[in-house]
Amino acid sequence: MATEITVGIAGAAGDGLDRTGDTLARTAARLGLHVYTYNSYQSLIRGGHTWLRLRLSEDKIDNHGDHLTVLVALNQDGIERHAREVEAGGAIIFNGARLQCDPVLVPKGVTLVPLPVPDLTAKLGKLLPVMQNTAALGALLHLAGFDLEATAEILLETFKKKGQEIIDQNVGVLRAGYEHAARTVPALGHPWKFSRKRRPVVTGNHMMALGAVAGGCKFYSAYPMSPASFILHWLAAHSEKVGVVVKQCEDELAVVNVAIGAGHAGVRSMCATSGGGFALMSEAIGMAGMLETPVVVVNVQRGGPSTGLPTKSEQGDLNQVFGASQGDYPRVIIAPRDAIDCFHSTVEALNLAESFQLPVTLLSDLLLGEHRSTIDPEDISSEVPIERGEWVTAPSPDEAANGGYKRYALTPSGISPRARPGRAGCIHVSGTDDHDEHGILISDEHTNPAIRRKMHEKRMRKVEGVRARLQPPVLEGPAQADVTLVGWGSTWSVIHEAAEQLTRGGVATNQLHFKYLYPFHDREARAILQGCRRTVVAENNFTGQSARHLRAESGFTVDHVLVRYDGEPFEPAWIAQRVRDFLEGRPVDLQVAEHEAREMAYHYIRIHMHDRARPGRLQPITESAYGEPLWIVELLSRADGRPEGMLVIGRETGSDYGWHPGVPSLLGEAATAAFATSLGGSSLADRAADDTARAPHDRAH
Amino acid sequence: MATTELTVKSLDGPVDPDWCPGCGDFGVLKSIKEAIVELGIAPHEVLIVSGIGCSSNLPGFIHAYGVHSLHGRAVPVATGAALANHALHVIAVGGDGDGYGIGMAHFIHAMRRNLNLTYIVMDNEIYGLTTGQASPTTTEGHKTKSTPRGNVEKPVQPLALALATGATYVARGFSGDQKHLTKLVAGAIAHKGFSLIDVFSPCVTFNKVNTYQFFKERVYKLEDQKGYDASSLMGAMEKALEFGARIPIGLLYSLDKPTYEDTEPVLARGPLVDQPLGLDRKTFEEILAETRDDVALLPRRGRERSRSRKRT
Ligand SMILES: Cc1ncc(C[n+]2csc(CCOP(=O)(O)OP(=O)(O)O)c2C)c(N)n1
Ligand code: SF4
Ligand SMILES: [Mg+2]
Repeated sequence: MATEITVGIAGAAGDGLDRTGDTLARTAARLGLHVYTYNSYQSLIRGGHTWLRLRLSEDKIDNHGDHLTVLVALNQDGIERHAREVEAGGAIIFNGARLQCDPVLVPKGVTLVPLPVPDLTAKLGKLLPVMQNTAALGALLHLAGFDLEATAEILLETFKKKGQEIIDQNVGVLRAGYEHAARTVPALGHPWKFSRKRRPVVTGNHMMALGAVAGGCKFYSAYPMSPASFILHWLAAHSEKVGVVVKQCEDELAVVNVAIGAGHAGVRSMCATSGGGFALMSEAIGMAGMLETPVVVVNVQRGGPSTGLPTKSEQGDLNQVFGASQGDYPRVIIAPRDAIDCFHSTVEALNLAESFQLPVTLLSDLLLGEHRSTIDPEDISSEVPIERGEWVTAPSPDEAANGGYKRYALTPSGISPRARPGRAGCIHVSGTDDHDEHGILISDEHTNPAIRRKMHEKRMRKVEGVRARLQPPVLEGPAQADVTLVGWGSTWSVIHEAAEQLTRGGVATNQLHFKYLYPFHDREARAILQGCRRTVVAENNFTGQSARHLRAESGFTVDHVLVRYDGEPFEPAWIAQRVRDFLEGRPVDLQVAEHEAREMAYHYIRIHMHDRARPGRLQPITESAYGEPLWIVELLSRADGRPEGMLVIGRETGSDYGWHPGVPSLLGEAATAAFATSLGGSSLADRAADDTARAPHDRAH
Repeated sequence: MATTELTVKSLDGPVDPDWCPGCGDFGVLKSIKEAIVELGIAPHEVLIVSGIGCSSNLPGFIHAYGVHSLHGRAVPVATGAALANHALHVIAVGGDGDGYGIGMAHFIHAMRRNLNLTYIVMDNEIYGLTTGQASPTTTEGHKTKSTPRGNVEKPVQPLALALATGATYVARGFSGDQKHLTKLVAGAIAHKGFSLIDVFSPCVTFNKVNTYQFFKERVYKLEDQKGYDASSLMGAMEKALEFGARIPIGLLYSLDKPTYEDTEPVLARGPLVDQPLGLDRKTFEEILAETRDDVALLPRRGRERSRSRKRT
């Protein structure tokens, strides 16, 4: 197996974490390793807790994996929140002069690397506080077995403009950290083979923007909305170089209508948004279907509903995109699976939109759109097919009579050759009311059921043409498997790894992944799935939207649906564990887990205690006066570490039942239970009311 | 290809208008045709984009390219078409509901951009197609199907909005004075920049207040006013707000100024529709080279606010 390492950097915004992460990723990329970065950050403490993970591997990777090899903690919270996650054989690096690491937090087999930063750097003059990061980075290079010189070179480039003194200082600190670690702890022993191949580091958004221009997009419109805005920023910055007109509009209604206007006039056009903006675009997407105007609409999904989780990922818009706009109309929905696929899918979307004269939606998400990874440059190229579809070629005989050209000619394929406004001899009107072959309205008092039927059938025939062009889904992995994991879009890589883990662990698992959500390969999907022993859909939404879509399109009902909707992406082991739970008949456990209780405590402390405390130990209590099991969380003073009291959180509901200052500390199960009972709790009547308010957590699908 | 002499008749569409006899929109249609003939523009170089409403049916009744789009969306669709092919004469048309109600945001923002667009609003102070509800320009006190006790909302002032927002040709016409309207339309099409003509175009079926008679008694022509200066914004503003016993028609304001298209560098290379597609290998390689080692790990996500990040 490929050698890899996962480094987590934890700190507050302003701790210089992004710069440190940058330098590390660039070091790895220069050594020829593949990089995948994932930053989940929450604003739970003042300054915002930031948690950045970098997975560095000899192989191509497209998810952040399950591991944490080295924790670089830039503040005390960083240690307390993440020290437990470091795995045996790993290490925790921190500034020993400022931070402490309580040994109870440290799993067995994990090396502590406290750096005496002031001593190490005494010779280098007065340093900025962020320089502690560079010392930590130096220590990390030693532990990971990386090349000090590669990083020194990057620092040199980074600080080139700031002068030799700053460069010397930074490289000096880096070296001091490296040498200290080399003197005090052994390297972790990764047997790297560095290819030293230089690779682009990209995001899915980036690849969509580049795919668009390579694929001949000439017009792009947008209204700012995370997580799609990067496409706007990139195209605006490159507009002149790549010859694309970029227009920010007043709202998403304008965005999509402007794009359709441009498409109608004959240029390839695209626009992008997230779920809320897509909702505003719905009516016009149906218009593109009716006018038979090509347009590509990108939806980079974020957590819904409503404003939802603007900086978190979700696959919650499949229902919306599938259900967009009134009536039936031909369209295409494509969900790319990784950054490279974003490039090619965008080219494909532009080609399908023009070839079939219809709207194409690209369904990406925050995870795919914003997270960075290395790609092999040979996987993308400027040499992509540009298929512009059918256009009128012969001049129309009789311009004046307006009779020669039928914009909506009823053809076997359903595709009627287009004529671009401005061309002599093909004058016509395209209307959103239903119309005849010439485009003349057949609505209101002119309604004509016969023409309507034939025109509707013509439009919808294009769906079959598209379907025939799309690659049907294929089963990946062992042909005979105990379980088949089914997914769509951005989760391909993580499901792929989950399947490999399960197979290695004795549960032969294969994978069926959908990229084309519409037109859907219903027959192919059914044929494959009927041959599978057990089928499990895994997706990032609450209701299992793709499982429903699969059922609606193909009549196939999967055996089980794994959903994750907390805003965090899947990890391979997360999926694998839940597949095993399902196979072994364990019910889905929706109780508040320990790490979640800790996160809830951080929230409570921010809201009610002005961040003056931090969570310490936690203890579960099964019997309580609240009618549900509890978490008792000890809160410690940030100033002196002394216990301040206890926070009581319901393990089923997640409700915070209150703060009990002055209660000294956790006293062991029995005493804590006695404390819980002493809280008085609710009366029996309250309890009954609580019980009805608590919906059963039965999420059988 | 058969060439046909350009006449008003030659601009007839494939079907006859199905507006109610006497509808003001007939006059607007005729004026657009006359203006095209007067300017000698080939019909295939004209794209007329409308929304939804009685007035928005107009593209079907004239021999020119047309898009009959969605209610309220004529202006953005026209915007996209104009940016994609600025060699076309793009004319947006529609009703007062279409442009000043559901499409209001687009109306305002298109004027801010000074796109090279002509926008003709057939303002009948009513929703005609949906059989007579109050529109954004319905006068106060007017009893309509949706305001049985009389409209209590103040009507929007499209001309004042246009002046305040950056339109560079602002005019008002009356379809009861069709020859006069033709001059305004021809001027608007010839004008480089955003031109708005708000046309009193009576709905004979659903608006019994703002009739031909109503306007005939009130309108007067600005060009008959000695010393009226259409280059004065404040002077125009005063006229834009005059709606009572006397109502001015004619060209209120015009200004020469670079259009949006003039300031878009990509369009300096010619109409976008005629430009090459895709990237050559060299440009592609250059762009890809930007991404090597360029690991800005924390995307400048920001969204609406991000206290935790300054780099928004
Ligand atoms: C999104 C949407 N909402 C409502 C309608 C119904 N509708 C069609 S035309 C119209 C109003 C038309 O009024 P106006 O634009 O003034 O045109 P007129 O008929 O008066 O010329 C309405 C509300 C629609 N077609 N689409
Ligand atoms: S209803 Fe009014 S606006 Fe519509 S066609 Fe008749 S007169 Fe004209
Ligand atoms: Mg109206």
